[in-house]
Amino acid sequence: MLEAHDITVRYGRRRVLDGVGIAVPPGTTVGLAGPSGCGKSTLARVLALLQRPAAGHVVIDGTPAPGWRHRAPRELRTAVALVFQQPRLAVDPRFTLAEIIEEPLRANRRPVDRAAELAEELGLTPDLLTRRPHEVSDGQLQRACVARALALRPRYLICDEMTTMLDVSTQAHLVARIEAYREAAGAGVLAISHDTDLLARWCGGKGRVLAWPPRSGRVPRPAASG
Amino acid sequence: MTTTGTATAGGATATAQAARLRVAGLTVHFHLPDATVHAVTEAAFQVEQGRCLALVGESGCGKSVMAHALLGLLPGNATVTGSAWLEQPGAPPLDLVAAPERVLARQVRGRLIGLIPQSPAAHLTPVRTARAQLAEAVRELGGRYPADELAERAGLRPEDLDRYPHQLSGGMAQRVANAIAQAGDPWLILADEPTTGLDRPLVDTTMAELRRLCDDGRAVLLITHDLRAAEQVADDVAVMYAGRIVEIAPAAEFFRGPRHPYAAGLLDALPTRAFTPIPGRPPELTRLPGGCAFRPRCARADDACAEPPRMTPDAPVACHHPLERHA
Repeated sequence: MLEAHDITVRYGRRRVLDGVGIAVPPGTTVGLAGPSGCGKSTLARVLALLQRPAAGHVVIDGTPAPGWRHRAPRELRTAVALVFQQPRLAVDPRFTLAEIIEEPLRANRRPVDRAAELAEELGLTPDLLTRRPHEVSDGQLQRACVARALALRPRYLICDEMTTMLDVSTQAHLVARIEAYREAAGAGVLAISHDTDLLARWCGGKGRVLAWPPRSGRVPRPAASG
Repeated sequence: MTTTGTATAGGATATAQAARLRVAGLTVHFHLPDATVHAVTEAAFQVEQGRCLALVGESGCGKSVMAHALLGLLPGNATVTGSAWLEQPGAPPLDLVAAPERVLARQVRGRLIGLIPQSPAAHLTPVRTARAQLAEAVRELGGRYPADELAERAGLRPEDLDRYPHQLSGGMAQRVANAIAQAGDPWLILADEPTTGLDRPLVDTTMAELRRLCDDGRAVLLITHDLRAAEQVADDVAVMYAGRIVEIAPAAEFFRGPRHPYAAGLLDALPTRAFTPIPGRPPELTRLPGGCAFRPRCARADDACAEPPRMTPDAPVACHHPLERHA
């Protein structure tokens, strides 16, 4: 279970998150809906241990995170992966697509063979893998970002407005790949979006959609069918 | 009113009262050192005052290149052929493809055609207020309406104009872009992916504003990959695949039952429909397959598809085996 309890985050004097909590059980997809600017992305960053909240704590499979960013132990940091909304802002423009996917494997001294498998699963052909981000479309770059997120076989995957920039066919393809990974690996998925039609469909099988702001411990409200 | 939504192969002359843009055989190639990118191939469509044509397709299919070709904003390695006639009552028709840069700069851009760019916040100068930028556009284009009035029509309060771009929300930046696009009172609006990155309520507002522009008598060419946004506002839909327009239809008919298998695949990928992706990937625009470009991904393809399908005014769908329209 990936849990966050009583998370509070402030930017300057502005309180962006105030006592927010959420739980993502393994093997399920939890949807989180909310309008732009409500703090969804901030919560995603806290859950991925990329941002230290002013208050609150994150628990990953029963282990409370003792710190954030590089103060978090490697095995906790790599247990949660994040796919960002804008792939172009989430990659190093000097890397090729292959290097982008391989980077987490290299950083953790794991064999890079998995990168090629993932690239193929996500529909990236070898000619695309030698290109740099400015030479591919948003959709192709986001495919590489999903491959990168899956490289270390995370136990939890957070998709923060993953498909907002993409066309519908790429959206359907990426969601199908992530659902296949979830089923095969028993991973938990948190799907964050303002698109309630998408969330209702994505979480429709074996999941649920939470309305903003989520609170840990409260009875989750099922999504309106769409 | 003449009928729109049918592909015009060219030849017909304008007799309509309304001004219109009539594109025929528009082709754009980019020359790279080792390849040629076939970005747009023989595009034909028309859009007239009071109507909105949505040009939809996957990213990278050539939609935005088309918009930039119409405005003469392509880089130097691009070759544009074909024609794009601006036909206005009381004025000789003007071919945007053949027009020299001088004419485009002094008569067309901002004055006849207004552009609403993708990610408007990124197109505003960060060091000047929205008012300064809107007022500059009005001054340079000799616009009829003062900045405050344009802002009000775009749904902004006068005090919003005193903000710098970083102080504007996504929706407000969108409205500033709309106001600037209308500074020179153009009759044709090109909206290039105006909804990218906006959430659903903002998409709804943006589409309502485009609809209002149509109802005020402007022609709107909406370029988007967001089918739901297109459904909200469009009178007609043109679907683009690998640089070609493969289907043009009235919006209501299109969303009830598209005829081109690619268009059907796009609609089936919507989360509110089957949510299944189209198998395979779009072809590289440097290496288009012979015959129908959708052939490798199409379940209905057979030997006939080795011949490139042509659109005709009677059957505006470029497919040898189109789907039947649902009643």
